[in-house]
Amino acid sequence: MAKDVDDGPEGYKALIEEVLEAYPDKAKKKRAKHLTVSAPDPEGEPDEATGIASKCDTVKSNIKSVPGVMTVRGCAYAGSKGVVWGPVKDMIHISHGPVGCGQYSWSQRRNYYIGKTGVDSFVTMQFTTDFQEKDIVFGGDKKLGKMIDELEELFPLSKGTTIQSECPIGLIGDDIEAVAKQKNKEHEKTMVPVRCEGFRGVSQSLGHHIANDAVRDWVYEKGDGGAAKEYEPGQYDVNVIGDYNIGGDAWASRILLEEMGLNVVGNWSGDATLAEIERAPKARLNLIHCYRSMNYICRYMEEKFGVAWMEYNFFGPSQIAASLRAIAKNFDETIQEGAERVIAKYQPLVDQVNAKFRPRLEGKSVMLYVGGLRPRHVVTAYDDLGMNVVGTGYEFGHGDDYKRTGHYVKEGTLIYDDVTGYELEKFIETIRPDLVGSGIKEKYPVQKMGIPFRQMHSWDYSGPYHGYDGYAIFARDMDLAINNPVWGMYDAPWKSGPAAIAAE
Amino acid sequence: MPQSADKVLDHAPLFREPEYKEMLENKKVKFECGHPDEMVKDVGEWTKTWEYREKNLARTAATINPAKACQPLGAVFAGAGYEKTMSFVHGSQGCVAYYRSHLSRHFKEPSSCVSSSMTEDAAVFGGLINMVDGLANTKALYDPEMIAVSTTCMAEVIGDDLNSFILQAKEKGSVDTDFDVPFAHTPAFVGSHIDGYDNMQKGILTNFWNKKDAERVADDSINIIPGFDGFAVGNIREMKRVLGEMDITGYTILSDVSDVYDTPSDGEFRMYSGGTKIADIPGALNAKATISMQEYCSKKTLDYCAEKGQETAAFHYPMGVKGTDDFLMKLGELTGKEIPESLRLERGRLIDAMADSQSWLHGKTYAIYGDPDFVYAMAAFIMETGGEPRHCLATNGSKAWAAQMEELLASSPFGKDCQVWAGKDLWHMRSFLNTEPVDILIGSSYGKYLERDTGTPLLRLAFPIFDRHHHHRFPTWFYQGTLTVLVKILDLIFDKLDDETIEPGVTDYSYDLTR
Repeated sequence: MAKDVDDGPEGYKALIEEVLEAYPDKAKKKRAKHLTVSAPDPEGEPDEATGIASKCDTVKSNIKSVPGVMTVRGCAYAGSKGVVWGPVKDMIHISHGPVGCGQYSWSQRRNYYIGKTGVDSFVTMQFTTDFQEKDIVFGGDKKLGKMIDELEELFPLSKGTTIQSECPIGLIGDDIEAVAKQKNKEHEKTMVPVRCEGFRGVSQSLGHHIANDAVRDWVYEKGDGGAAKEYEPGQYDVNVIGDYNIGGDAWASRILLEEMGLNVVGNWSGDATLAEIERAPKARLNLIHCYRSMNYICRYMEEKFGVAWMEYNFFGPSQIAASLRAIAKNFDETIQEGAERVIAKYQPLVDQVNAKFRPRLEGKSVMLYVGGLRPRHVVTAYDDLGMNVVGTGYEFGHGDDYKRTGHYVKEGTLIYDDVTGYELEKFIETIRPDLVGSGIKEKYPVQKMGIPFRQMHSWDYSGPYHGYDGYAIFARDMDLAINNPVWGMYDAPWKSGPAAIAAE
Repeated sequence: MPQSADKVLDHAPLFREPEYKEMLENKKVKFECGHPDEMVKDVGEWTKTWEYREKNLARTAATINPAKACQPLGAVFAGAGYEKTMSFVHGSQGCVAYYRSHLSRHFKEPSSCVSSSMTEDAAVFGGLINMVDGLANTKALYDPEMIAVSTTCMAEVIGDDLNSFILQAKEKGSVDTDFDVPFAHTPAFVGSHIDGYDNMQKGILTNFWNKKDAERVADDSINIIPGFDGFAVGNIREMKRVLGEMDITGYTILSDVSDVYDTPSDGEFRMYSGGTKIADIPGALNAKATISMQEYCSKKTLDYCAEKGQETAAFHYPMGVKGTDDFLMKLGELTGKEIPESLRLERGRLIDAMADSQSWLHGKTYAIYGDPDFVYAMAAFIMETGGEPRHCLATNGSKAWAAQMEELLASSPFGKDCQVWAGKDLWHMRSFLNTEPVDILIGSSYGKYLERDTGTPLLRLAFPIFDRHHHHRFPTWFYQGTLTVLVKILDLIFDKLDDETIEPGVTDYSYDLTR
């Protein structure tokens, strides 16, 4: 199907103007600050790995969504319970408040883990105080305390409990911190109150930050060290931070780090145990994948415990190799040789994958709209397949995310921050990319338009996409999305072709 | 290296490869600091005991794996069933992302809904500005003919007054004064999604039927409220067919989502599709009667209809023989239409199928959970097949529901060993299935964890169904729908028997070709 817009900066700028016309004045002014086209950055240093220096910054980001526009964003609770804390497998995470939040987020993020669910692991369960009217009126602290006691009876092997606050908690003046302290004394287990009420902040993002702060306050500052006490650190100890093991991502990453000789002491927070969190400050280096959701605790660990941190990217072979080498630079020759060995070992797989899939994907255009690190991190994986990202945006990115995006995204890319349903639909409809990567809410509208789609939050129930093993799956999935015969069947044969058009 | 381009292994096979198994074992032993395997095994066994069940039943504060959602989900679902209607939820925005995802994951369809995106300042000062700006933006961007407003618990806790806010927004020109903005307060801390459905339905009818010039001039038509239903697409279409067979034309389905959650793929994304015509809502006031297909989704709405002078009747999810019989006879009584021979034949074909398969169904035991009306209908039908419900559970079931269930179960010898569990959750169900096992579990996708933990095969017939596709497109109501349900039960029974007898030379003497 023909595109309705000239690719390139001028066409995209005109498209932005056109889309903004639909808004009432007040909203139009606000939304204009979130849409842009990436430009060359004359002052920027080209990135070592990608050779790219572009300017992707929108005027505004990380500010309130405009009411009534159909933002895709979630809330602070989603950022804490859904992202940061929820995957910690041997703790129980209470959705504290009414039933809905816990219900809708139950088992939806695909944070894989190994464990006996309901016995020593609890990730795919929904624990809630199920607030009723009387709890709103009289407060929920007693119910919360009682619930923690009951959980202790029914799940004696849990290592602790987190309290994930839903909206009402902060509004009715409950003192969940007091409950946590009391229950910590009584049960001698880690108790973590998290003030991640959904109305705080403007998106999931503040929930990440609050959850990070809760790790700091209630595991490190108030904790007794736990499993860290008897741990003897080694010279090759690292933590993986901000990998939620979606479809097994963290496992496909860990195998590479171990193969190059590193010890992964903690993985945060996919498939994590509380012990992995407690021991993390003893590691030499924090490797951070999702910067957006977990940079806060890395900064804290650096300041407090002197643990250095660095960002890396395990999407696609170019970035994996660059990351493995960058990680190895922090260690001795043994590890540096290990990195080279790993890269060499997997190169034949990369070559095979590219040989098989690249010809089927070369030159295809992609639009992304996702959260966290993915709006930039997956761009180079598409590059590796010969695909071209023509538009990307962050659900809840900050200025520092857009800065970093300049190392990944070429000039002339359409950039949209906290995009609205209306904007995204118009952008996609006009640009008609060969593939869209976004979330479940976007999947079906896009597919109705006849455009192939992959969910890039849940990996569309596939994965892992991290690491070399993940790259093969990523390539296969993009191929099966784009090259399925269904997209060719949208027009009824009696409705297409010159005869049918002439008859209309 | 297990991975190759020729045969790409994704998560399911990949992590069973030796490299990964070794890596995961190493992680467990060196880094996780878990409990000894023996202890985990012992505690796991203990969770299956009667002792554990008693502890589990004794809890009063903890809810674990509930089978219910919150009110606004039902309100959004109800609003979606009206022509060109945008649901607008006043309060925190994350909630709306959740409702949309939840509905899309079940129906595999778009689900459109907006939020007024209230944040901390709105928590302090109220969300009036959010309402004013939000309605204007929604109208401008999505051009709805009606905006159906409900609330998240945040807006409810701070006490935002929807009526006053909407009036003020109209005064400020967000939408025209005569633009329809029905509303319903839908606090998440009261009831569940079925109450939100009820409240929104009442809100929409009130918006039209309480207008100054609205006056009821009774006619012979009827209104039908389908209720919150994961199979709504198939069921509402089947209902229209059955009404056609009855030669009933004077009817209005109040909230018809059948085309909303089933749009074609032909190159166009339809944000709105089908739905109850807004022009038909005012006239629905004149109906002789309003009938609800699900009593617990419509209590307040039916009371309101009765206040307006309409007759009302409520059913429990008309599935099964008697469930359908009762519905058709009531329909005949209200409309004066004879039940046609065609439906008597359909009934006969269903009975024929039940008779053909009765030996496989008789005496089978079941646990059933879901929304109250569904559980009622399912239990009733199971007893009609000679099956025995043993556990009937509705997390959002009331004492009144439990009493109705007891009455139903007492009406058949096949119901005598059944226990009714109102207000209990699926962690309770785990204990019930471990201590008093059944042959088949009927419920939603969440039941797959019970299938794993107790070995009870699961039949997915209740909302939400995330991990099987397209079942909602096929009806479960009336004789024809019941036939589908019957076949699903039989398939499960036969598949299980085949699985158990498939081992060559060991059990395959019973691997019969004809059953």
